[in-house]
Amino acid sequence: MIYEMFIDSSESIEKFGFGFIFSENWDPVKEEFGALTFIYGTIVSSFLALLISLPISIGVAIFLSEIVHKSIKTSLSFLIEILAAIPSIIYGFWGIFVLAPYMRTTIQPFLQDVFGFLPFFQGTMYGTGLLTASIILAIMITPIITAITRDVLKAIPVSQKEAAYALGATRWEGIKMALLNARSGILGGAVLGLGRAIGETMAVTMVIGNKAQIKASLFEPAYTMASVIANEFAEASGGMQVSALIEVGLILFGVTFIVNSMARLLIYSVTRQS
Amino acid sequence: MTADKIFKNPKNLKRRKFVNSLMIFLCVVASVLTILPLLYIFIYTTQSGFSSLNIDFFTQLPKPVGEEGGGMANAIVGSGILLGIGGLIGIPIGILSGIYIAEYSKSFLASAVKFTTDVLSGVPSIVVGIFAYGVIVLTMQSFSAIAGGFALGILMIPTITKITEEMLKLVPQSLREASLALGVSRWKTTLKVVLKTASSGIVTGVLLAIARAAGETAPLLFTAFGNAFWQTNIDQPIAALPLQIFVYAISPYEDWHRQAWAGAFVLIFLVFIVNFLVRFVTREKYS
Repeated sequence: MIYEMFIDSSESIEKFGFGFIFSENWDPVKEEFGALTFIYGTIVSSFLALLISLPISIGVAIFLSEIVHKSIKTSLSFLIEILAAIPSIIYGFWGIFVLAPYMRTTIQPFLQDVFGFLPFFQGTMYGTGLLTASIILAIMITPIITAITRDVLKAIPVSQKEAAYALGATRWEGIKMALLNARSGILGGAVLGLGRAIGETMAVTMVIGNKAQIKASLFEPAYTMASVIANEFAEASGGMQVSALIEVGLILFGVTFIVNSMARLLIYSVTRQS
Repeated sequence: MTADKIFKNPKNLKRRKFVNSLMIFLCVVASVLTILPLLYIFIYTTQSGFSSLNIDFFTQLPKPVGEEGGGMANAIVGSGILLGIGGLIGIPIGILSGIYIAEYSKSFLASAVKFTTDVLSGVPSIVVGIFAYGVIVLTMQSFSAIAGGFALGILMIPTITKITEEMLKLVPQSLREASLALGVSRWKTTLKVVLKTASSGIVTGVLLAIARAAGETAPLLFTAFGNAFWQTNIDQPIAALPLQIFVYAISPYEDWHRQAWAGAFVLIFLVFIVNFLVRFVTREKYS
């Protein structure tokens, strides 16, 4: 069994070497520009998703761990678990047929009316694009951030909150203290969610518009690392394109590896203390 | 410490109380916001999927563009084959590493394995797909069910390991001690006593992993590749339910969308049932 795990990791090392060797006989001038737009798309969509998702997730976690009665708590946690388990292809499908038209007809015109002076909300409204992809991603990563924030909050000693209440604190003030103490764990959960968002493929591919460009407007279509692999890998014509795509995959792997390791270490540091 | 900072300023109670109820209200709003898309997706998929679900969907092959009807029988069988291969790879490795982490948790290697599994669970599924492509498709010079199954197997490992570990930790230490005191060897204790006690939990973990793998699309795009016809040779490209949904969903044909919704409904239904089952079993375990 130990050998099995070793074989697993040695295989990924082998893959590492694989993409590396291939990337050497690959035209860097043209492809480097390509990769930049994908990296840009990935970073913007994931961070935007995190921005939307984080406050909501923390709110839900507080609601679950501090406010609500136990019977609602179990069913609500169950629903959120299911939200995490729905295949991403279904999110994407729903995104195309429900969210994208809704974005085009309602949300994007509203944003343009109110914040139209900002470059982020200008341009044509296609429905699909960076913003739509970010919203889908936000929905998808909310369950994991919620779950971890809830666990971290649970690890904070009750006596601290009791002490705060005893001094006459309101409920929110007690919760605020718990949040302050749990901040590194919550950060870990957020980073973990970010890693999920960076690697998410199908749902993003279906709603982001798949156009390799860097534009300030969030309404514009874009392209992410994961979705360029999904779209072009099977149809890649020559060894050159395949190796370039593997290289993109390698970057993706490296980024998610670092992000996830960071998140795990942050979470371990909090849960181990308790 | 912070308490001092918070209460130093006893301004007016009214404002503090207002902030209190405002924040709690926002927490409630956040919860509603989270549940809303779930309900929406669930109801929408059920509405558009259930009505197009019929016998043909489960028994017919896909029809060419322009012809009405047809089904996804080959994709359903294909998904079954892929999950079977994936299970053969993922279930033993997952359970064995779970046992190792739980039973031999003191060693450095066990915490290394635990960390690796945690990180592996965060690796994007499409990267796992590239890996399977490199290892199997390039060696065999053909897209194949083996490659797709291999990718799904790797994706199953972290889930199974995690749940096996958690379930084994729930087994009381006294059971192990009793068995060891009777002179039973360590591996036999693990196999016959500990594993047996935790078996129902482990089975649900395996089911959870399979349900999750059943919905995976990204790694199958360039491993299993998809196929419009019957294919049961595992060294040939094979169809899979999520792949078929993807192809149909981005197509411009109304009839194909209808079928894709039906496929989506089948997938969601599967996920829901398995999660419910897991919930049920683990609750019994805890009480």
